[in-house]
Amino acid sequence: MITTILTTIAIVGGMAGFLALLLVVAEMFFANYGEVIIDINGKRKLKVKGGSSLLSTLNENKIYLASACGGRGSCGFCKCKVRSGGGPLLPTEKPFLSPDEIKDNVRLSCQVKVKEDIAIIIPEEIFNVRQFAGVVSKIEDHTYDIKELTIQLTQPTEINFKAGQYVQLQSPRYGKIKQKVSRAYSISSSPDHTDYIQLIIRRVPDGICTTWVHDFLKEGDEVSFTGPFGDFFIQDTRADMLFVAGGSGKAPIKAMLEYLDARNSTRRMGYFFGARSRKDLYLDDLFATWEKSMRNFAYYPVLSQPTEQCEWDGRCGYVMPYFDEFIQDVNNTEAYLCGSPGMIAAVVKYLVSKGIPKEKIYFDSFA
Amino acid sequence: MEINAFIIFIASIFTSNILLTNFLGMCSFLSVSKEVESSVGLGLAVVFVMTLTTALNYVVYHMVLVPLNIVYLQYIIFIIVIAAFVQLTEMMLERFSPVLYYSLGIFLPLITVNCAILGVSLFMIIRNYSFLQSIAFGAGGGLGWLLAILALAGIRQKVRYKFVPKGLQGAGLSMIITGIMAMAFIGFSGIVVIQ
Repeated sequence: MITTILTTIAIVGGMAGFLALLLVVAEMFFANYGEVIIDINGKRKLKVKGGSSLLSTLNENKIYLASACGGRGSCGFCKCKVRSGGGPLLPTEKPFLSPDEIKDNVRLSCQVKVKEDIAIIIPEEIFNVRQFAGVVSKIEDHTYDIKELTIQLTQPTEINFKAGQYVQLQSPRYGKIKQKVSRAYSISSSPDHTDYIQLIIRRVPDGICTTWVHDFLKEGDEVSFTGPFGDFFIQDTRADMLFVAGGSGKAPIKAMLEYLDARNSTRRMGYFFGARSRKDLYLDDLFATWEKSMRNFAYYPVLSQPTEQCEWDGRCGYVMPYFDEFIQDVNNTEAYLCGSPGMIAAVVKYLVSKGIPKEKIYFDSFA
Repeated sequence: MEINAFIIFIASIFTSNILLTNFLGMCSFLSVSKEVESSVGLGLAVVFVMTLTTALNYVVYHMVLVPLNIVYLQYIIFIIVIAAFVQLTEMMLERFSPVLYYSLGIFLPLITVNCAILGVSLFMIIRNYSFLQSIAFGAGGGLGWLLAILALAGIRQKVRYKFVPKGLQGAGLSMIITGIMAMAFIGFSGIVVIQ
């Protein structure tokens, strides 16, 4: 009985082992494509070992294309343009690509194998995504639950991003929290300052990262983050700009306005800041100076629950009814929203009903 | 069993089609039958793999499993042999014949675990086929599978332009079509008997 079991195991194991060995040897001989060169955007050349997928090869070289499925060809996020090399379009990619993309040589990088020299085009932004280390040089209290951090970069010492993008801040293990987490926060400083970034962070009850920022983080502490990410940018048009953001959603708007102010923008702009009460207002002086320096910019704070009616002679209730004060021509207005998914859905619905085209509404939604 | 290998070959294409009479290999059959072009690619890959793994498994069974008296291990051994063979074929194709790789090779991973392929190897043992008969059975079984997926893909391409009730779109309608095709193939039954 025992011998039967043992011989069975030995035979199955032996055969599987033999075949596995055969495959390993075969892989060494057949799947060895030597060194190949990946040309990225015609600017950078990577010397890599051929044989694996473009996505994983790029990842190994610290260029991170988005991918949700981990390279199985089921999410369709890892698209990039392949100018030469990479073989023909595969049936496994087709369902994820539009006719225009196919014409444009867009491929799923997880399905493209690097077997020969290959030339690809990826958005410049992805190049910039990397790990940063910095020191907290300043922590400002804006309200009872909102702080603004200034992080001076130490390694590397420069960051390039677009106003409106965000970074993922990593919180370390602290107190009873045994895990490191990373959370996304919009950069609130202008991209003109490349040696530091600012983040506006609102305390989330029981939030791991925000509790760390609010209760544990001190000036002089070292922090790390990755970024920049996101596609919430200022569109380079001449349309009127309607900004809507409350709470810490003010961060990307602040970055955008600071950037526009530095360029003496004359575009018509209106920023509707929705808050509950007076104690939730912050950075009002800064926005007031921008109202003076940019003649076409107006700041509209709106309080949904004024603490005492008499104390506030400004706008009351929800922000949406006040949009009429700003909107002149719905076909020449772009909207930039930042806030919770619920707020964004409500504002988008309202703006669309007003006649603003959906494709001109840009937003950054945080849960 | 003394049946002419050629009869087995013809019979396994039509009268005892592995897919339409045994309903084996359904998952890749349903998922890759949207277009005629890719279904032919997958079908040809199945023909190739089925023919060769049947031959390979015949040799393994009669040279290894029977002498060692471990025929009860046929399932696991057959699976390992098929998987290794498919992997090796894919590697070689990719290296030496890129054209063939891009038309057939990319489907190989899909059929590593195709039950029709294992099914043919197991039937060959149950039915006591000789080596020649087994090869004919493997090749015929593959061609039968190709015929079935080609027919389904052709029909699905037509259906694409027709109204299909929401609940039946995709796999639902494909199953019904397959069922009707299987019934049509019953027309061939009884002409020859191979089992």
